[in-house]
Amino acid sequence: MPNLEHPAYPAATLLHLESLVPCRESQVSMLLSIFGERQQFSFPSIFIYGHTSSGKTYVMQTLLNTLQLPHVFVNCVEYFTSRLLLEEILIQLQSCSSETEQTSRVPCDNFNDFVRLFKQAVVSRELQDQTLYIVLDRAEQLREMEANILPAFLRLQELTDRNVTVVLLSEIVWELFRPNTGCFEPLTLYFPDYSIGHLQKILSQNHPPEYSADFYAAYINILLGVFYMVCRDLKELQHLAALNFSKYCEPVVRGEANERDTRKLWKNIEPHLKKAMQTVYLREISSSQWERLQRDDGEPGQLKGLSAHTHVELPYYSKFLLIAAYLASYNPVRTDKRFFLKHHGKIRKTNFMKKHEKTSNHLLGPKPFPLDRLLAILYSIVDNRVAPTANIFSQITSLVTLQLLSVVGHNDQLDGPRYKCTVSLDFIRAIARTVNFDIIKYLYDFL
Amino acid sequence: MSTCSVSKGCFVFKPSPKKRKLSQKTVNYFRERNNASEDTDVRFVTCQSLWNQIKLETEQIQEDLNKQLFDNLVSFLRQSHSEFQEKTTEWTCRMKSREIPTAALVLGVNVTDHDLTFRSLSEVLQNNITPYIALLEAKDCPGIKNLMQKLMGQLMNCYIDVDSLEDEDHMQVSQNKIRCSMTSIISWYQNVTKKTDSETPSKKRTSSSRHWQSPPVVVIFKDMESFTTKVLQDFIVISSQHIHELPLVLVFGIATSPMIIHSLLPHSVSSLLCIELFQSLSCKEHLSTIIDKLLLTAQFPFKLGEKVLQVLINIFLYHDFSVQNFIKGFQLCIVEHFYSQPLSVLCCPLVDAKKRVNSLSHDQCENIRRLPSFRRYVENQASEKQILLLTADNFLKEITQKLLEDLYVYHENYVSVLRCLHVFTSSLPKYPLGKQIRELHCACLENRVWETEEYESSLQLARMLNKSDLVTMLQQCVEIFVSSSGKEFDKTIEKLKEFLTQFQELEVAEAFQEQDGSVSAQKELQKKTDLYHLQKTLLELKESRRSKKLTKFEMLRFEVVDYVDSLVRTYLVPADHKTLHEIMYFNTASVLRGHLNAAPRVALHTALNNPYCYLKNQALKSDGGNISNKAPDICIVYKLHLECGRLINLVDWLEAFSTVVTAVEGPNTDAASSDQVDDIIHARFIRAVSELELLGFIKPSKQKTDHVARLTWGGC
Ligand SMILES: Nc1ncnc2c1ncn2[C@@H]1O[C@H](COP(=O)(O)OP(=O)(O)OP(=O)(O)O)[C@@H](O)[C@H]1O
Ligand SMILES: [Mg+2]
Repeated sequence: MPNLEHPAYPAATLLHLESLVPCRESQVSMLLSIFGERQQFSFPSIFIYGHTSSGKTYVMQTLLNTLQLPHVFVNCVEYFTSRLLLEEILIQLQSCSSETEQTSRVPCDNFNDFVRLFKQAVVSRELQDQTLYIVLDRAEQLREMEANILPAFLRLQELTDRNVTVVLLSEIVWELFRPNTGCFEPLTLYFPDYSIGHLQKILSQNHPPEYSADFYAAYINILLGVFYMVCRDLKELQHLAALNFSKYCEPVVRGEANERDTRKLWKNIEPHLKKAMQTVYLREISSSQWERLQRDDGEPGQLKGLSAHTHVELPYYSKFLLIAAYLASYNPVRTDKRFFLKHHGKIRKTNFMKKHEKTSNHLLGPKPFPLDRLLAILYSIVDNRVAPTANIFSQITSLVTLQLLSVVGHNDQLDGPRYKCTVSLDFIRAIARTVNFDIIKYLYDFL
Repeated sequence: MSTCSVSKGCFVFKPSPKKRKLSQKTVNYFRERNNASEDTDVRFVTCQSLWNQIKLETEQIQEDLNKQLFDNLVSFLRQSHSEFQEKTTEWTCRMKSREIPTAALVLGVNVTDHDLTFRSLSEVLQNNITPYIALLEAKDCPGIKNLMQKLMGQLMNCYIDVDSLEDEDHMQVSQNKIRCSMTSIISWYQNVTKKTDSETPSKKRTSSSRHWQSPPVVVIFKDMESFTTKVLQDFIVISSQHIHELPLVLVFGIATSPMIIHSLLPHSVSSLLCIELFQSLSCKEHLSTIIDKLLLTAQFPFKLGEKVLQVLINIFLYHDFSVQNFIKGFQLCIVEHFYSQPLSVLCCPLVDAKKRVNSLSHDQCENIRRLPSFRRYVENQASEKQILLLTADNFLKEITQKLLEDLYVYHENYVSVLRCLHVFTSSLPKYPLGKQIRELHCACLENRVWETEEYESSLQLARMLNKSDLVTMLQQCVEIFVSSSGKEFDKTIEKLKEFLTQFQELEVAEAFQEQDGSVSAQKELQKKTDLYHLQKTLLELKESRRSKKLTKFEMLRFEVVDYVDSLVRTYLVPADHKTLHEIMYFNTASVLRGHLNAAPRVALHTALNNPYCYLKNQALKSDGGNISNKAPDICIVYKLHLECGRLINLVDWLEAFSTVVTAVEGPNTDAASSDQVDDIIHARFIRAVSELELLGFIKPSKQKTDHVARLTWGGC
């Protein structure tokens, strides 16, 4: 007995729809009641929001397709300028109105043209008596476009005087959209996150044909037990489920256990999933590598993940430049004398510590420094004389393009550029070790 | 060097279709400075052919070095989409989210070399995988729009390239008419793949059968670090939505570490990728190979002197890690050598060189006589021969031929013996003579290596080597000598082989006296190979040598080391002790340094502080730190500002300026000595100050009115 009820659509279709969108029945029925019957005018604009993988795209698409409502579905990230977006809507309209007529591309530069062309397109199709749905997925991108686009879409029904409803899908709340000038308020609808029970239900739905639904559900249960804490993204979970299922089945295939030996199966899969959490899930190693490992029964330890390759080989002076930049970023300027002057006398830390410097500079993050300070420190930490050659300066720029340093503020050479060192302590220590430089001795924080 | 050399270095060998014309021009450059009698044309041609030869060689080396990496990449690309194309029906394939296959290509920080790598990579891919390749650079893609435009431009172009027979009207679809969106790319892709499928099934297929029906589209991001997060994210999100219609593969060119992927892309985006890591050969290894193949060979007559080589290596190790720059520097050396050394006409294969000697002009003979190494040679000859050498051109030519031959033989022998010595030194603890052969090479070029302390300690350490090591080293040396082209080594090989048999015999003998205490002690010693222990044992041995008779093995070992030592002394004489070495060796390091490792700040300082250096005007010849009022205004202003602190008071500065400028006229023109500064001087001052500002020495300060801030400190 269907939860979804609507006089306009046959019960069988509704039943089918319901089976396709588990856990979203209430949202779908809400939408159906807003949509009303095919020919009825619906609310001009609807704003649907919810976290990623809460099924916004999927539910909308399934709904419109199953009920065969006329619609246009565009992704605003993909059509990144208003022109592209508007043209894409028109193209889709054209192509779904008449298959025979060759789609000729009409330039559409602004919303005014769009309204005109839109009217033409709707006239040319015979379905004027049905509500047309325009779904704008990833609608947050609209905010990057011209200011009139979003308000105009919200009132498209009024502007075109046609039976059209615009549906916006987004991950962020409506409040972040609303222009300061005000606009037509869409009807907002929230897609809540799936609970663990929901996830279990949705994920178990698509079990492989070779195995029973119960067997797969048990697997999903274990999977969620491991991953639910770190990941609630349905797409990702589905992917992980598919990746690791063959390992789960291994004992059954080998005949060591039968499908109901839950404990044995759990023992087999759990450590494996934990490993997956540290590797594939983080994209430390790729899914295909993971599968290959699984097939060859290798240990994932053999394959080093992306983060294992932190070592960066640098030219000799680049290393010192980076070290100097690090020192300049994390040491207060006043302490330079103490660190880099030969006869600085005895200055104890407590003597010249200002109040705010009691907190670790490392907690505050890198501070910007001028080029001259960098060079001064460089000259005093390199043993032999360094000539200020063009190469040295280009090395600084190279470090910036490598994102090991970053330029602060506007990049005006004449105005004395300021830099920040963006590498971590571990990284710089590894670098310093290769040139036998004890960086800890030169850091104010570790005095 | 004269200033004309700047322009010369820049465009001599630029590969371009207009090469003929260019080289004509460059020949003229060669002529410009020298008179015709010095064989400029021949020198130019020799230089060019030598460089072409070397270029080919370097390209070959690069290809060989990249082979492994490219093979891996190709097989990755092959597999990347095949799985989904073959088993679309399988459950896992349906359930798995389809990620974009991504190769993270870690290339090292030598960004200048990447261009070449990418070029050969796309060539390899074009030949093996797919014609559809796009190379993107961050500077072309500040926004997603530009990225798509670039991408489409490159892809559609390649389409036109591939079927150039295609009728014209396709090309007429101009760039901006196509909507720059993923859908256009997809429809383009479907178009081209459909077309190649239908057309000429048999003949054309076989030729390009390496590309299957739906070849992937490879998008290469050359400099991943410089791309903005937003652009990358958008592109990945968009393309992941169309991965089913467009088999896309990404290649990230990474200079630092693959960690950058995670810092650029949030998890939601990186989870759309299937990233595999590929690492290229380290640039240091690359350099070693280049040095090995280009410098440590008798194949090329041109050689680098010690100082020059050191400059090039230092630039590499200290500054850029760029192999391309090293090769460019090498090229510069070649050009400079052939340009500045008239006798470089003889820097060619021996057969040619001998012929050329015969046709040398009198001027050139005089040039030979002027060579320092030749003068040294003459001084050591008997007096009548001296006269002949200095007066009779024909006799000189004869002798020159002989000397050149000697030099060639020396090269051949040098390389083999150097490699042989390297076999020994590279396995000693702490590497007193360096681990790399290039270090050893430099040491040998610099001066008599056997007179250095490092060599002494190396020999001592070598005397401690254990038997198995020693035997393998000897075997390696035999191989080196056998494969070398030098004729003189037959005896050496024999001798080494003799050593080897002696060692074998020793083994047999040893088998009999297993229980001998001294032998086992010896063995124990052999195991300890670290420096400390070796030195200790060395001391002990020295003592024991006095007290005890040496074992057979020890005697033999001494013999071997002494023999190697004798080889070194005969064959590894530094090149600049050789007569006529100036013909083959380029050793003007200062020129090279000026070109490759310029110091703009120092130059600017010199120009402003000591204008005579560039202007060569006698009046400017300064005596010490005085400021001459003849100097250009900017120099005066500059010198004055050096004496100021961070903030400079403009009024004081002007006063000082006017004092300096009017200094000479001072006593006679009393009228001008009023407090009032002359308007013209005022104007000159303002101009000079703004010139300084333009050069970046000062800037207006907001802290104090009438003050400017200094932007530099110290002298430079
Ligand atoms: N109720 C559901 N029943 C079955 N599958 C679902 C359901 N909800 C989501 N999914 C699955 O989860 C995947 C992700 O959902 P979807 O793309 O709609 O999320 P989204 O809310 O649009 O996320 P985003 O904000 O990132 O675009 C879909 O491919 C779909 O297969
Ligand atoms: Mg979505």
